[in-house]
Amino acid sequence: MGFRQYKFGAAGVGLMLGFSMCITLFGPSNDFRSGVSTWVGLDKQLSLGRVIGFSYEDPTVSGDGKPVTVILDKDPKTGEAIDPPQRFYVYKAGTKFSPGVNHPELLGPGVEDLSLSIGKIKAADVSSGAVFTVSKGEFNGEEIDYIENVTATRGWSPEETLRAAGDENSRYVGKGKTIYISEGCWWCHTLLPEQTQDWQVFGAPPFLGDFNGEMPTAFGSDRKAPDLLHVAARNSSREWMEMHFFNPRLVQPNSIMPRFDYLWGKTDADGNTIDYAKWRAEYMAYLNGESIYPPEVPKPAPDSEVRALIDWILTSLK
Amino acid sequence: MLLKYLFAKNDEIPPGSATIFFGFSSIFWFVVGTGLGSFNAAKLAFPDWVTGTEMFAFGHMRQVHVLAVILGWISMAFGMTMMYMTPALGNTKLWSEKLGLWTVFLWNIGLSLGLLLLWLGFTSGREYNDLIWPIDLVVICGVLLPLGINVWMTIAHRKTQGIYITNWFFGACIFMVIVVFVVGQSPELFGLTGLTEAYLTFWFAHNVLGLWITPVAAAIAYYTIPKLTGNPLYSHRIAHLHFWAIIAFYSTPASHHLMSAPLPEWLKSFASVEGVLILIPAIAFVANILLTMKGKWSMFVENVETKFSITGVLLAIPLNMQGGFQQTRAINWYVHGTGWIVAHAHLALLGMSSFLEAAAVYFGLQQMLRRKLYSLTLANLHYWFFLVGFCIYWISMTIAGLIQGAGKIYEVPYIDVVVAEHPYMIARWVGGTMVFTGNVVWLYNMWMTAREGTLVPAGKYAHELAYER
Ligand code: HEC
Ligand code: HEM
Repeated sequence: MGFRQYKFGAAGVGLMLGFSMCITLFGPSNDFRSGVSTWVGLDKQLSLGRVIGFSYEDPTVSGDGKPVTVILDKDPKTGEAIDPPQRFYVYKAGTKFSPGVNHPELLGPGVEDLSLSIGKIKAADVSSGAVFTVSKGEFNGEEIDYIENVTATRGWSPEETLRAAGDENSRYVGKGKTIYISEGCWWCHTLLPEQTQDWQVFGAPPFLGDFNGEMPTAFGSDRKAPDLLHVAARNSSREWMEMHFFNPRLVQPNSIMPRFDYLWGKTDADGNTIDYAKWRAEYMAYLNGESIYPPEVPKPAPDSEVRALIDWILTSLK
Repeated sequence: MLLKYLFAKNDEIPPGSATIFFGFSSIFWFVVGTGLGSFNAAKLAFPDWVTGTEMFAFGHMRQVHVLAVILGWISMAFGMTMMYMTPALGNTKLWSEKLGLWTVFLWNIGLSLGLLLLWLGFTSGREYNDLIWPIDLVVICGVLLPLGINVWMTIAHRKTQGIYITNWFFGACIFMVIVVFVVGQSPELFGLTGLTEAYLTFWFAHNVLGLWITPVAAAIAYYTIPKLTGNPLYSHRIAHLHFWAIIAFYSTPASHHLMSAPLPEWLKSFASVEGVLILIPAIAFVANILLTMKGKWSMFVENVETKFSITGVLLAIPLNMQGGFQQTRAINWYVHGTGWIVAHAHLALLGMSSFLEAAAVYFGLQQMLRRKLYSLTLANLHYWFFLVGFCIYWISMTIAGLIQGAGKIYEVPYIDVVVAEHPYMIARWVGGTMVFTGNVVWLYNMWMTAREGTLVPAGKYAHELAYER
């Protein structure tokens, strides 16, 4: 009965919400679209792959189906030296490409044109995989970075690139960021030095084009710990990172960061089973002053989660 | 009992069943949510307390706490109040008691599943939107839409001429929260990336708070206070000013959550200005309710529901003063990302909103069970544990936030900030645990009310009877 009298009011609610959505959603989307990808933005999306959180490729959010970043100092085909060593992003057959490869318009004006024309990114095919890199080119008299599909331009296959790099030059960056997300590091840390004072401690705030194609961005809103965007520039020691993740109190007695020893998994680098109970007992003995040194932190296995996490930190957060 | 009614004919289900199931579910989730909160607080105060298990790591539990209190406690309490206030204000019956029961049922199942998956690490990695999209679709289609249909149809079938302000809020807010949920999922569903994703995440978070949690809580007070005191609402017009100002001003300043990100400058300035304008609905609401109390202030002391309700309204004053000003650039650079914001979030959700809902759940359950509250003493215990615990939480986190802000601008090594915050982290845990304890008492009190509370005679309200214990 009588709902008609309130047609005006109901339409009003719809109209006002619609108007506000026009301003707050449609307006900014124009600004975002004009963002030109920077080197950081291209490196990030190529090393992270299509999406980091829950997805078809990786329903358990454990880092499956992500590309591998390799650092090469010579061409795997010709043997020619690459100086300085350069990053290549290897997508094995079946690994989903990053958003900018699928939708070049996300890369921003200029970067899109070069990536399509000289970068040949449209020639890449998921079913056979591809290797990408970030190259420098000229657009309208300005030097910009663009994506190059090395498989198309130089004929590198994903397999031979991985073989040439070997495990020691491979960085599991995509898997590492996945662990950052699923372990909830971002509830304490941020990836966004603020534009006001605190960048003097934590480094330069990011630019508009640093995010094209990243999903999720996971800036973090609530900081209980140092900003991590440039942490590897402050501290690039893998050993420190290993000790710190196994038990932060080993290197920073006042830290409130949780222990992430479970990211080591069952076995260490030599295939020996890690005895956590024994480690804790020895650590307690050390705390109680019964021994002088804390127990050794096990070396992580190459396929352990913590290895990927540290790869991401040391490679991407410079 | 719930299962029996799910397949019964609508007419055979006693009126009020949906309210009762919603009410007890919400209190249950309140106990769970605050228990998790207290556990998290302990982990931040004593990092080596429970350690080495992935499931109990802070990063796995924090988001479970947040969504358990928002989608479990707060939103279910909203569902509960809608189930009894909407028909009462339209002088009619709930459109479908059966649909209401199905909503509670699906809500509990969906939420338990979603939180379990989240706990295990299945996440989209987007704050407040952490649930993976299939679960979000369950929330939209299985929870919000049926709730909305029930409320809209009840309003459409009302037997009164006008629509009271509470029902305006209910109807509009459910519509808006559905829109917000759908838009908020779009990055996951359509692969939007980069700053667009970051911005939509906070567009979602902001609007869930601003178009759902705070306005519906206020709408509840527009019902409970006049009902309890017997005074008519001071001004229905001011209430409408509140309503329209919320839609106009609260739906726009989402980007004030990203003040230090590289968003367009015009957007940040716009958000800043709109954010201050939020004071208009805020003042309209608080003034309207406090003026309604005229001549009945003794009830603030004597009557439990009024006590909860008015405490919530009074907490809205500092809440909105903080909210209006902390998002201007002049203040935001100091408090952004610090414990100050955590304190503010709890002032909104645990302070203002939860107190208003607790009042409505107390009132509605007695009304629908037709039983008088089992024990006044226990209710008072709940109130004081809740209030004192909350104040400890709020004050300690505000101080911690100011310390962090100072550390930020004076470039103090971060670890010194961590050390300086430690006492306040412990205080927060103590406060939060008090709130949790109070809620356990509440659950017991409500359970005993359902079983042993004195029956309320027809034609009387529960609050008109004297307390017995
Ligand atoms: C409970 C909050 C918390 C969580 C969760 C947390 N951290 Fe930390 N983290 C801290 C604190 C506090 C510090 C500073 C003290 C220290 O060095 O331990 C820190 C320091 C660090 C540092 C060194 C920063 C610097 O400036 O030197 C790194 C790197 C780091 N954390 C990475 C991580 C990663 C990766 C995760 C997730 C696996 C994580 N943290 C989870 C609280 C946390
Ligand atoms: C027992 C009482 C409670 C305790 C001990 C508690 C504790 C916590 C803790 C430790 C956090 C993490 C904060 C941080 O990351 O620094 C948190 C976050 C949060 N809690 Fe609670 N909480 C309690 C009750 C509630 C209630 C009742 C609500 C809502 C009704 C609530 C809503 C939230 C929200 C929204 C956040 C996220 C804050 C942010 O993003 O900064 N909490 N809580």
